Amino acid sequence: MRRLVLALSLLVALAAPALAVNPGEALSDPALEARARVISKELRCLVCQNQSIDDSDADLAADLRHLVRERLTAGDSDQQVLDYLVARYGDFVLLRPPFISATVLLWLAPFGVVVFGALGLWLAYRRRSAVRAPQALDRDEQSRLASLLDENAPRG
Amino acid sequence: MITELGHFALILAFAVALVQMVVPMVGAHRGDEALMGVANKAALMQFVLIGFAFVVLVHAFVTSDFSLKLVNDNSHSAKPLIYKISGVWANHEGSMVLWVLILALYGALVAFFGSNLPSVLRARVLAVQGSIGVAFLGFILITSNPFLRLSPVPFEGKGLNPLLQDPGLAFHPPFLYAGYVGLSMAFSFAIAALIEGRVDASWARWVRPWTLAAWTALTVGIAMGSWWAYYTLGWGGYWFWDPVENASLMPWIIATALLHSAIVAEKRGALKSWTILLAIFAFSLSLVGTFLVRSGVLNSVHAFASDPLRGVVILGIVTFFVGGALVLYGWRAPALKAEGMFAPMSREGALIINNLLLSAAGVAVFIGTLYPLFLDALGGPKITVGAPFFNMTFVPIMLPLLILVPLGPLLGWKRAELVAALERLMGAGALAVLVSLCVLAFVSKGPWLAALGMGLATWLVVGAFAEFAARISLFKSPLGVSLRRARLLPRAQWGMAFAHGGLGILVAGLVGMTAWQSELVTALKEGESATVADYTLTLEKVGLRQGPNYEALVGIIRVKNDGKDLGFMMPEKRRFPVERQEKTEAAIRTNGMSDLYVVIGDDNGHGGYTVRAYVNPFAPWIWGGAIIMAFGGLVSLSDRRYRVGAPTRARSRPQAQPAE
Repeated sequence: MRRLVLALSLLVALAAPALAVNPGEALSDPALEARARVISKELRCLVCQNQSIDDSDADLAADLRHLVRERLTAGDSDQQVLDYLVARYGDFVLLRPPFISATVLLWLAPFGVVVFGALGLWLAYRRRSAVRAPQALDRDEQSRLASLLDENAPRG
Repeated sequence: MITELGHFALILAFAVALVQMVVPMVGAHRGDEALMGVANKAALMQFVLIGFAFVVLVHAFVTSDFSLKLVNDNSHSAKPLIYKISGVWANHEGSMVLWVLILALYGALVAFFGSNLPSVLRARVLAVQGSIGVAFLGFILITSNPFLRLSPVPFEGKGLNPLLQDPGLAFHPPFLYAGYVGLSMAFSFAIAALIEGRVDASWARWVRPWTLAAWTALTVGIAMGSWWAYYTLGWGGYWFWDPVENASLMPWIIATALLHSAIVAEKRGALKSWTILLAIFAFSLSLVGTFLVRSGVLNSVHAFASDPLRGVVILGIVTFFVGGALVLYGWRAPALKAEGMFAPMSREGALIINNLLLSAAGVAVFIGTLYPLFLDALGGPKITVGAPFFNMTFVPIMLPLLILVPLGPLLGWKRAELVAALERLMGAGALAVLVSLCVLAFVSKGPWLAALGMGLATWLVVGAFAEFAARISLFKSPLGVSLRRARLLPRAQWGMAFAHGGLGILVAGLVGMTAWQSELVTALKEGESATVADYTLTLEKVGLRQGPNYEALVGIIRVKNDGKDLGFMMPEKRRFPVERQEKTEAAIRTNGMSDLYVVIGDDNGHGGYTVRAYVNPFAPWIWGGAIIMAFGGLVSLSDRRYRVGAPTRARSRPQAQPAE
């Protein structure tokens, strides 16, 4: 499921797929380079406004791109590279905020709106159809209606 | 002297706005026609006064009157005329004057064309508009006076941020503001209706054109901003989920929801209080956007100056209008009677789903944008919310909505047959599957999901057309009959077909560019070549060119496609000596289906130059789609039912097609 969501998000991503990797930065191993690019899209260029290090030409972004490639060449897994950067710069460096107690609301609110909104709509619909269903008059009401009609008949 | 007159006009406009806020409201309360009549005169006068102040400001920029601090800070005598004019709003003070100018323009339009509105409603609407004017004119006069003088008068100005010296960006703010501020009309109508305690079909009919106008302008403004980011920032991206971009996207999403819910309120009398709430939220988000961009809580090209007092005052204004509106809503909304019963499977039901998903998408953008600020303010950890977050929240919420778009308009009001609607979409569905299969079969590059994305785009475009074809019974009646029906179809129908079809084009653009982009990053010496996708690029020569207020490094690049010579592309890197800044000027060659995008960088010290090139398939469709959507908005706006000043109800006209 998680992979599907990831794939979906990669597909329809509104995000910039482009990059500002400078010539000579790329690793010679294409598989490693591809991993470096994916990781780079997850990391914030700390001095920029919400740009990933993959699409920033700030010097710091270049340094971080080097660092990512260095760690990968040294044999780190993708997660280890991210952990390494978080240890150095904190969660601030991650463009995808981690799911921790402080971000529960952030991650769940959008879907919460869908779920609770749908639930609320369903309840409202049920309540409304219950109200709408016509109920037969009981005997008391019927006699009152009859007498009211009688009263009004001559004048009407 | 003339400058002081401009300042004086602005102060006078503030006084007039005060009158417009108080007198008509009292008049409406007492039922005094004379007092209510003040609203019209005040609204027109306010527009004239602010218009005068604005013209004075433009005059100061055009004549490079550096005795004005604003002109000195943001202009330069060598700047081309168009950027002297756009310099008026390319700064905090001037942009706020433009903001109130557009606000006053909308007010004046109501005064001018609103003769068929009930006078009480019109008085209240204009009074609420007046109160917004009071707040923002006060804000300008107290914290952001554009008419401050300098002494001694400097000989030359400091220039304008080169990033803002661009034709796309010159007109991006006016459109964006026309959208933001246009939503104030929906807001004012909502507040007036709450005060009155009554919402009827004519109210909804009045709110829709204003919302539509605002939505159209906002669509164009956002598209322009994104286009500018694409060709200026120099790496081919078009949307960065930057908080400032999000600030414009939030009101757009809610305005879209409002447009749809207002249909239900108008045609069926249902969803009234929800429509009011959306109208309040749409404008509130415009205010929040203004706050985010202007207060300096965010750093970007948009945050011209970070003055804490300004931030506090805008926050106060936002709190007053949003809080006040919501309190009023909580108090009065229960009095609004809902009518119009309907089954879940109906046009109403579909529009509710539309609203639910759009609201959730709006919440995703809102919380993603503001959460880091709140967390920081509360002393929590510093986090970043970037593109990956929005791809995992906003995108999955929007996907089902996109899939449902062609279905909604085919459902009837009150109670609808799903099967009948689906039958009409068989053609669109078949074509979508066919396109997906073709992409899978013939395109080896990119993720397989791209095939589904292109299928979705086809579904949207053909689906929009299917709806339209059904209405004119295309292929079922003789062509002449169909054409006649098409001509008689309300413009709103045409508009919807364009808007929904444009959305499909936009989706194709997003999918194509994301999935199939090719890139080339290399260093080339003069005479060297490199290839990207089917193109061969040869850096023939690098030279210098003198612009009006910059010096440009120009790369002359010969482009060949499979051996066929396509001529030259000339990307530039411009250096602005006055502003001491640089700006890349990408060269973009488009054939309507895809872009070849080339950027040149600096000398790498070994006689080579950094050359970046991208082939962006379907990229032009992103903005093309957005423009088609906006065009749909315009067409819909020309519907005679909304034509301001046409008081007759169009319902009396015999209609060949079932009620829409």
